[in-house]
Amino acid sequence: MAELSVIESIRNTLWEEMKKDPTVIVMGEDIGQRGGVFLATQGFLEEFGESRVIDTPLAEASIMGIALGASFNGLRPIPEVQFSDFIWPGLNQIIGEASKTAYGSNGELNAPMVIRIPYGGGIRGGLYHSQNVESYFFHTPGLKICAPSTPYDAKGLLKSAISDNNPVIFLEHKKTYRLVRGEVPEEDYSIPIGVADIKKSGKDVTVVSYGLMLHYCLEASRLLEDHNIDVEIIDLMSLRPLDTSTILESIKKTGKLVVVHEDNLTGGVGAEIAATVSDLGFDYLDGPIKRICGPDIPTMPFAKSLEEAYLPNTTSIFNGILELSQY
Amino acid sequence: MNSKQNITLPSGITTDKILEVYEQMLMVRTIDERVWAMNRQGKVPIAASCQGHEAAQLGTLLAAESHPESFFFTYYRDLAIKFGVGLDETQIMLSYLGKQGDPYSNGRQFPLQGSDLQRNIIQLSNVVAAGMTQAVGHALASKIQKKAAVTMSFFGDGASSQGECHEAMNFAGIHKLPIIFICENNHYAISVPQNLQMAISEVSERAPGYGLESISIDGSDLLQVYESMQKAIALAKSFTPVLVEMNVERIMPHTSDDDHTRYRALSEIDQLAQRDPLLKLKTLIQDNSFASEEQLEEMLSRCNSRINTATSLAEAAPEPDTKTLLNNLFVE
Repeated sequence: MAELSVIESIRNTLWEEMKKDPTVIVMGEDIGQRGGVFLATQGFLEEFGESRVIDTPLAEASIMGIALGASFNGLRPIPEVQFSDFIWPGLNQIIGEASKTAYGSNGELNAPMVIRIPYGGGIRGGLYHSQNVESYFFHTPGLKICAPSTPYDAKGLLKSAISDNNPVIFLEHKKTYRLVRGEVPEEDYSIPIGVADIKKSGKDVTVVSYGLMLHYCLEASRLLEDHNIDVEIIDLMSLRPLDTSTILESIKKTGKLVVVHEDNLTGGVGAEIAATVSDLGFDYLDGPIKRICGPDIPTMPFAKSLEEAYLPNTTSIFNGILELSQY
Repeated sequence: MNSKQNITLPSGITTDKILEVYEQMLMVRTIDERVWAMNRQGKVPIAASCQGHEAAQLGTLLAAESHPESFFFTYYRDLAIKFGVGLDETQIMLSYLGKQGDPYSNGRQFPLQGSDLQRNIIQLSNVVAAGMTQAVGHALASKIQKKAAVTMSFFGDGASSQGECHEAMNFAGIHKLPIIFICENNHYAISVPQNLQMAISEVSERAPGYGLESISIDGSDLLQVYESMQKAIALAKSFTPVLVEMNVERIMPHTSDDDHTRYRALSEIDQLAQRDPLLKLKTLIQDNSFASEEQLEEMLSRCNSRINTATSLAEAAPEPDTKTLLNNLFVE
């Protein structure tokens, strides 16, 4: 079994799917000759040709709109936005159009497309190369959202996303691209969208996270073992549909819940989880639901000190879990 | 206009064909007038009138008749296209009333909005120009998959100001896509006149900047539209994208919620009838004696009887079942 980075796993999966299915095309800025700024499509132009690997103009609205229109006519496009921070001009087509395609045609029309979005920070990206954009999509019915944290999960979820007949937002945390490595089987497998994964089982506190933060949660949980605190860590993997039953099952056991995300606190995924658990799992809780999230400023600033101050990290997660466990 | 003519019809267009299209246009006008009246009765919540645009739309369909694989991304003023491709008047009335059986969205969207894939139409939203980039994607997919279809993207002068209009035309030009952009220019974006929308006198002046061919015509003249669209389809089929500007008049206010006397001079409104495509076609028929007055009267009474039947059927139809509210957010 090969040990791969997240970006290598994504590249291999895209390659496999394009080999298998001639209706899959990729399109975006610099993805052809350049191979993508993160090299997710390196070598694709030579292998699949310019009709299936399309270097687009620098114009996100049309990247999304053209991909959507192509999805109405027999193709499974995978448009890429270079950085999540540049998704905004394309939102009209994603939130205004793609998400409403099936509902607005009463199920006659559908949009089988996967929108790949490198997101998140901790890479000195400043306000325009670090943004967490997931909440905007999370609020939107009609979209599915994947946010894998490991190379194994990235492959399995991307396979599901590409074969899905609905629009899927595929969030790839930039800092995990090369930082996170893991074993990825060569055989074909997929991971269903909408099912969370228990990355570590435990009995004292439930921690829910996704993306880069998941790894910090795992580190914190190892440190908490020295304090005899046994943490259960749930990797959401998909934000929408949200796997509330896995969360509820876990807090039945632990009675305590911490949600960790890099995205801003207010109106984030954690807020919805807290609301859902207080509604459906109130009797299981023996402490307040704690959220450890980015503060309510646009995103993490450029300066090293400020960027670090924005981001939840192993220490702040450790402290948060410890505090709740003593409640 | 009243002097008798002896017109030579374009090849392939018979007198019978002219009469067939005239009756279609008359039926579209009858539907349009009926839904407007029913809006005033509080029965139809909203209507965007097609009056003034019918020749542009039916002339396009006439040219597309020999290309059945043509695909249409329409916008909200395109009643004549939706009727012309074969939707019947009862289905149309169901849609205007938001009743069960509305073929576009089963009452989820504004009238005739959603999709009618059986008849090659997609019209997802009310965000003008959003359909233009989608149409380009549709044409791109046809080219990649070597399908012979031409995609037609309809929009108004208002949509031509949107950024997505620019992006759509730019991409179509770069990739030489089989697409025709059809601007139904009625010179008003709701109340804003053309001179406040653009500094140029014709939208089609932009075509060379995108590498598109351009055609600018009188969209109230059925035969002119037909002949121009034949050329445009031939160009698009050979991968030369085209921008066709059809100059038309919007005879009615923007929608049933609008009052155009607030921003159009009465003298201007009074003159709109002179460029009414239905009257122009009728005059052509009369001047060339293609039909007798009795025949024309019969057509009108057929249309009236059809709309009465359709209205009764649609009014009696049930509302969509509330149990379907959450259905079809996703497909399998």
